Amino acid sequence: MKSLEDLHKLREKLKADIKLRKDEGTKIIVGMGTCGIAAGAREVMSAILDELAVRKLLNVQVQQTGCIGMCEKEVLVDVIRPGEPRITYGKVKPEDVKKIIAEHVVNGRIVEELVVGKLEQE
Amino acid sequence: MQHIRAHVLVCGGTGCKSAGSKEIQLGFAKYLEEYGLQNEVMLVETGCHGFCEHGPLVIVYPEGTFYCHVKPEDVKEIVESHLYKGRIVERLLYREPLSHEQVPNYSEIGFYKKQQRLVLANCGAINPEMIEEYIAVGGYEALAKAVTTMTPEEVVDEVKKSGLRGRGGGGFPTGMKWQFAKNSVSDKKYVICNADEGDPGAFMDRSVLEGDPHRVLEGMAICGYAIGADEGYIYVRAEYPLAIKRLRTAIEQAEKMGLLGENIFGSGFNFTLHIKEGAGAFVCGEETALMASIEGKRGMPRPRPPFPAVSGLWGKPTNINNVETFANVAQIIVNGADWYCQYGTERSKGTKVFALTGKINNTGLAEVPMGITMREIIYDIGGGITNGKKFKAVQIGGPSGGCLPESMLDLPVDYDSLIAAGAMMGSGGLVVMDEDTCMVDVAKFFLNFTQSESCGKCTPCREGTKRMLEILTRITEGQGREGDIELLENLAKNIKETALCGLGQTAPNPVLSTLKYFRDEYEAHIKEKRCPAGVCEKLASYTITDACRGCGLCARNCPVQAISGKIKEKHVINQDICIKCGACMAACPFKAITKG
Repeated sequence: MKSLEDLHKLREKLKADIKLRKDEGTKIIVGMGTCGIAAGAREVMSAILDELAVRKLLNVQVQQTGCIGMCEKEVLVDVIRPGEPRITYGKVKPEDVKKIIAEHVVNGRIVEELVVGKLEQE
Repeated sequence: MQHIRAHVLVCGGTGCKSAGSKEIQLGFAKYLEEYGLQNEVMLVETGCHGFCEHGPLVIVYPEGTFYCHVKPEDVKEIVESHLYKGRIVERLLYREPLSHEQVPNYSEIGFYKKQQRLVLANCGAINPEMIEEYIAVGGYEALAKAVTTMTPEEVVDEVKKSGLRGRGGGGFPTGMKWQFAKNSVSDKKYVICNADEGDPGAFMDRSVLEGDPHRVLEGMAICGYAIGADEGYIYVRAEYPLAIKRLRTAIEQAEKMGLLGENIFGSGFNFTLHIKEGAGAFVCGEETALMASIEGKRGMPRPRPPFPAVSGLWGKPTNINNVETFANVAQIIVNGADWYCQYGTERSKGTKVFALTGKINNTGLAEVPMGITMREIIYDIGGGITNGKKFKAVQIGGPSGGCLPESMLDLPVDYDSLIAAGAMMGSGGLVVMDEDTCMVDVAKFFLNFTQSESCGKCTPCREGTKRMLEILTRITEGQGREGDIELLENLAKNIKETALCGLGQTAPNPVLSTLKYFRDEYEAHIKEKRCPAGVCEKLASYTITDACRGCGLCARNCPVQAISGKIKEKHVINQDICIKCGACMAACPFKAITKG
């Protein structure tokens, strides 16, 4: 390392690795209740992680949540972009993941045909 | 590469390690693999979070869930419930002691709310063995800024303007110290970091070294640039193996990246660092003794002047600062002195890290802005006294400091108010004592410590502390004489004025401050041969109250047959025979025997 710029460049690269410990960026939340897991939530989760890795979307947080009572519609996946409403997708299959990430997470266009709910942020 | 969706931070500070955090880490590694999560969950070992009372600690991000008292057998549940299914394991959450409410999040715990974590910002948040994480949170920015955009004079001025004062105890303005060393003309100069933390109950420096070693290295390198030194030593006691290990790793990593070594940031500035392991003598925390020890001589102080800034290590100009002082430097250079000055009081700027120990609920490490009251530290952060007992005194500044009573609890904590109250900031150990503590006994404890740590070079310290200890011992054994208090005061005054170094000059402080605030306890010991707190064994007397049912158990357990009485009648203890062993009290099923 030979200059201030070198340090800054390195830091930008390294920052992504610990970004998770700060509460920022887009969140994807997968319903991992018993109902969700039975409907294949784990596979959906893996598909999400794979797709994020392929696209190098390091600032996206993936979290899980329990059953919210809409077991019929599992697997449920929520996407929250900063400052935008929380969108809930239902009956998500691993093959839907690519589309949700490409359309909604990256480009901010909601995948209407899969939406089951919309929640304005408080 | 897989997308990492969660970080599991396991505390690897000495406190949590001794409580079993290594097994917990191994457990996580095992179960993450078992559940197939090893590629999406990252396991990180961090430094101390400061909340040692509740260790071992585990924090899970992105939620920031704070688990305490985690046992190896809990790990499977955390992995299965939290990491696999996303359900927080509620039984392991922290509960506020008063409301019993569960607090899932790190930042909402009362212990952390009143703190201002500047020096400890990274402790517990990053992996101290990875320079990458330190750089990711802004590390080495200050060093780069200093050597590429500032002149040494500007660096010294910035530190002067910040008002930073030595965190090792004395409170000497750091910028001035740097200026003196800078002004000395020499072909060779040294920077030394004093990590010989020796006060009983103090562990601030250890935690900084273990949790954020690069911050200290960066501060030292900046100092080297400012005063014109190209070599530095970290003097750390050998009893801190984890700190030494992490320092070695840190130095190696920094050298590899070119952040230490030659031509740093292409500026032409060179700086190399060595570690010197100390053998743990308390006197080696004194700067001239410390330098003698680095030189391979016996650790004994020498008279000053000449000060180290003029003639220090191997006769060369040397600047010595404490760990916490160096840990403050980088943020001052990056954010500027004006930013730093917003914390603290008029004459004591910034924050101070305190180690809370003794009879306090939240044992641990707390960093607070200067000027906060002792009451806030002990009650709001420390969670009050254990077992609902009454507060009696707090010992601040270790064996060189003093005991402050309840009436001084609203005193603002800064260098000058503490000196005025007869204590001192010291390195930051806070030992809290409850109503069951005998203050004469406490003074004896600390004097016993300084007396045995006295190097013996100067007479006032070697002989004086010995005489004072003899007097204190006889007072606690019921042999105190009329005039002993005055004799103690006289000796204390003489030692303070004539001892060679800081150890001797401050050794009488615990006696003087307890005499100032708890004189009645000394008088009770001497005049009434009574220990009000019931601590001093030789002064204790056991008596049988009317609750006695005459079962005779006490008499049978007494090893010297000092108890007599008829069965089913109240028994009596013959005080002339009693050896105060306490066996009767332990044996009594009716709690009819009292000690006082």
